[in-house]
Amino acid sequence: MAAVLSAPQTRVDNIYDEGVVRLFVIATMFWGVVGMLMGVIIAFQLAYPWLNLDLEWTSFGRLRPIHTSAVIFAFGGNALLGTSLYVVQRTCRASLFGGPLLARFLFWGYQLFIVLAATGYLTGVTQSREYAEPEWYVDLWLTLVWVIYLAIFLGTVLRRKEPHIYVANWFYLAFIITIAMLHIVNNLAVPVSWFGVKSYSLFSGVQDALTQWWYGHNAVGFFLTAGFLGMMYYFVPKQANRPIYSYRLSIIHFWALIFLYIWAGPHHLHYTSLPDWAQVLGMTFSVMLWMPSWGGMINGLMTLSGAWDKLRTDPILRFLVVSVAFYGMSTFEGPLMSIRQVNALSHYTDWTVGHVHSGALGWVAFISFGAVYYLVPRLWRAERLYSLRLVEWHFWIATLGIVLYITAMWVSGIMQGLMWRSYDSLGFLQYSFIETVAAMHPYYVIRAFGGVLFLTGTLIMVYNLIRTTRREISAAEREGYTPPARAQAQPAE
Amino acid sequence: MSLMKHHGKIETRGMLLAILILITVAIGGLVEIVPLFKIETTIEDVEGVRPYSPLELAGRNIYIREGCYTCHSQQIRPFRDEIERYGHFSLAAESKYDHPFQWGSKRTGPDLARVGGKYSDDWHVAHMVDPRSVVPESIMPGYPWMLDRNLGYEDIADHLRALRIVGVPYTDEMIDNAWADLRAQADPNADHSGLLARYPKVQIGALDGRPGQLTEMDAIIAYLQILGRMVDFTDIRTEDLRQ
Repeated sequence: MAAVLSAPQTRVDNIYDEGVVRLFVIATMFWGVVGMLMGVIIAFQLAYPWLNLDLEWTSFGRLRPIHTSAVIFAFGGNALLGTSLYVVQRTCRASLFGGPLLARFLFWGYQLFIVLAATGYLTGVTQSREYAEPEWYVDLWLTLVWVIYLAIFLGTVLRRKEPHIYVANWFYLAFIITIAMLHIVNNLAVPVSWFGVKSYSLFSGVQDALTQWWYGHNAVGFFLTAGFLGMMYYFVPKQANRPIYSYRLSIIHFWALIFLYIWAGPHHLHYTSLPDWAQVLGMTFSVMLWMPSWGGMINGLMTLSGAWDKLRTDPILRFLVVSVAFYGMSTFEGPLMSIRQVNALSHYTDWTVGHVHSGALGWVAFISFGAVYYLVPRLWRAERLYSLRLVEWHFWIATLGIVLYITAMWVSGIMQGLMWRSYDSLGFLQYSFIETVAAMHPYYVIRAFGGVLFLTGTLIMVYNLIRTTRREISAAEREGYTPPARAQAQPAE
Repeated sequence: MSLMKHHGKIETRGMLLAILILITVAIGGLVEIVPLFKIETTIEDVEGVRPYSPLELAGRNIYIREGCYTCHSQQIRPFRDEIERYGHFSLAAESKYDHPFQWGSKRTGPDLARVGGKYSDDWHVAHMVDPRSVVPESIMPGYPWMLDRNLGYEDIADHLRALRIVGVPYTDEMIDNAWADLRAQADPNADHSGLLARYPKVQIGALDGRPGQLTEMDAIIAYLQILGRMVDFTDIRTEDLRQ
């Protein structure tokens, strides 16, 4: 077990700002637990509605945006910001543009955005735009924070000492630029007063719907995909100790992915009042998107060629590789669901929820877990993780949780879609709506249990990481463990 | 080889890379969204769609505040089962004054695009206070506190003004009378002639069952009862909707 550990970097690189990355890693895990806990709570609310408690602050409608924003923007966002600042410094061999102070402003400014958004949801301050719920004053604040993020990242890229910009940074840069564009356009609104929280969106009805899903789908495409592909392009080769499989493939799939993704939004509006031409465009580009998505998956997976045996012994690499496999699966499922005839069944059902979670839990969370497991020993100058056995436990418990979650949602979603459209022998609708709700109950229970497992895995990870930051190694694994060849390496530097 | 050689020019220049990314990601949105504002057939020409009355607007804001859209859609697709279950498929025109739109993306509960007039005000009160008292298998949260919460909205005229800025045709008369209209709609004893002239088909009465007090329950019911009722579909054939 010990032999698989790559030598921790003991060299202290004073030019790199690792303090801010440490902050982001802590925030990633903190918000991860919060966001997943909220998910578990609202999952149980759907199975047992009395858990809404008849109070305004605890009802599903207010907690659901807290769950989605906490996992996407707080957990995922902190993981992206932290890893991007780590990766850009190392692959550019440059310290952060703007220095430690600007980086600290970015960190605390981003946390303030999260807190402002969450307190808003709890008290009912929302624009009701999915994944863009924060009201105008929070949006303005995030715009400022994001511009500073762009300045830090691009500024660091521009003062690099490497001639080439590494591929991970292309993806991070595309993520930062596109999110800025989407955020600004989708949140255009007129406040009722400068001292109130309420605003009315600039667009209405059908135009508003398409603007929102142009944003919404590309929050998936650029926040949850391009950014995390940047993560993949650094941490998979690092942990596998192999170069990226194909440089040419990374060029092609990068440009194809960012060009095609933007068009896919209308597939959220199939058969609605959106004109057909827009729906068909959205469907066509969504199907085409399958190819560059799998280009990324192939590039990630094939990076392991010649190192597949490491999967058996290195649980961190397993997190990273399985995340890429989940990425491949959900980017196959996505184009399938974007086909209008399939969407006619899947839309409005839990199938969509299952699809989102195979991406969010399997891809986004797993690759973040892998990256954080990679980072923490290096950032806290520990020789290795406290326990690899606990990483194994985390991996299997979380994987089981995902399987329970997505299979329950597939079954309940497809069942509900079929029940809605089924007719009896006399030509009447066979089921009333409430009968389809009642039929979902067992699947909601299974889903909630899957969520509990996933959260349990994350708590195991937090425990493991805390012990690691204290530079401890579990007693069972200390036996027979020889510290890596650090003693010889150090004098040479 | 040539691809890699040419791409070298991009990946050694940070600003060039950033600008090319911005151009690449801007194209799709421009092609899809801009025409929606320009092509006239995007929104059908039907009669009856009007701005929300002040009380309906307040109710709509409560609907948004409570995240009702996380479980209820307001968009009926043109399928036989949906039309039989919910009514005529939704038209773009019906949400043209919706800032923001409330089409939703999930039906944990039923579609509400045409829930207006399907149930009595009393049913709505009972359902909002305790959903399982009228639908035993419902998994909807209860909102009993809405019955005791005074509506407020002294600044309702400011809301109408903000909406006028983004394109909703509220007239000066509507704005001047907003506060009076807000109270009159839930007061069975008020003079409703102005309100009805400005906002045809508004649901008038002691909506929450308590004529004396203007509550959030009054507002949410006023909103639910107008949903889908503005356009009269009895005279409209599908052919008429084509332009």
